Amino acid sequence: MASELDTLPVITTRRDEAQGFLQGLVSKSLGWARKYSLFQYPFVTACCGMEYMTVAAARYDLDRFGAALPRFSPRQADLLIVVGTVNCKQAPILRRVYEQIADPKWVVAFGVCASSGGFYDNYATVQGIDRIVPVDVYIPGCPPRPEQVLDGIMLLQRKIQGQEHKLIDRKPLPVVGQEPTSR
Amino acid sequence: MSKVVIDALVERFPDAVYEAYVGVGGDDCVFVKKERIVDVCRFLKSDPKMLFDMAPYITAVDYLGQEPRFEVVYNLLSLKTNRRVRLRVKVPEQDALVPSVTSLWRGADWFERYCFDMYGIRFSDHPDMRRLFMYDEFVGHPLRKDYPLKGRQPLVEERDVRDIVRGPGPATRD
Repeated sequence: MASELDTLPVITTRRDEAQGFLQGLVSKSLGWARKYSLFQYPFVTACCGMEYMTVAAARYDLDRFGAALPRFSPRQADLLIVVGTVNCKQAPILRRVYEQIADPKWVVAFGVCASSGGFYDNYATVQGIDRIVPVDVYIPGCPPRPEQVLDGIMLLQRKIQGQEHKLIDRKPLPVVGQEPTSR
Repeated sequence: MSKVVIDALVERFPDAVYEAYVGVGGDDCVFVKKERIVDVCRFLKSDPKMLFDMAPYITAVDYLGQEPRFEVVYNLLSLKTNRRVRLRVKVPEQDALVPSVTSLWRGADWFERYCFDMYGIRFSDHPDMRRLFMYDEFVGHPLRKDYPLKGRQPLVEERDVRDIVRGPGPATRD
């Protein structure tokens, strides 16, 4: 159903229009580029890792979705895949790894333990990694089938395409020795 | 399995062992007094007829409500004679201090640290009496029967999430 807003005329200046169009174009292109070059950091802690290997290997082939290369340094990655149970002792490590990934970054909770703690509802286990880091896509299953994982990756790609991307996505850093300018 | 080990222990340590029985699976089981556990273990390890050269598993049990409350269980294996023996040591809660057997079996180190971590039973003369699994900030001993079932103690501050199963509240609640 069309809302009232859809029929209202929107008044923009030419400058706004031009910027909006260009920014939209840049955002779409960057989204397209980013969703097909997911460099992942697999945070593998448990048995789901076997399923992750299957997904990454030739039969299911994560490479088809542009997510081929697992980087074993979070500084080179932009997709954190948390595979398996995370316990309270590991939570600071997970947060540190997440903080080391440069923006833009996304997080996938792989399997039911990472998503919600699974059946480990006890003193030792974090009840879902979203208590530690923000999560973009949850993949349920114990362990999830490779098809489910591919579905999750495609969901993430759709999400990335829909997000807003900018060429320069940060405030300029203050020059050392000068007062930071207020912007 | 025969009662060879039981007979030898009863004959050698009449004042230290009691209530010997043959357990499930045919292993020789015996209760040992806490103060004498190292003597009994040394005999079992070095006697040429016994030669229990391996301690595959040492654990503890919490019999909450009974007195004495805890029990440390030593499972010993002889690779020479392929015999197993189970030594049980009653440990009261007020005096939860057991002589360590790490001087006999180096591998007992982590098992005794495990018993300390999970049950709070300390071992005297242990080279490194620290927690094994839990972090140092953890308060209490999680496998004790009176520890809260879901008593979580998060190391990092947790994000506020909408938990559709448990409802709102911190993760530390029971």
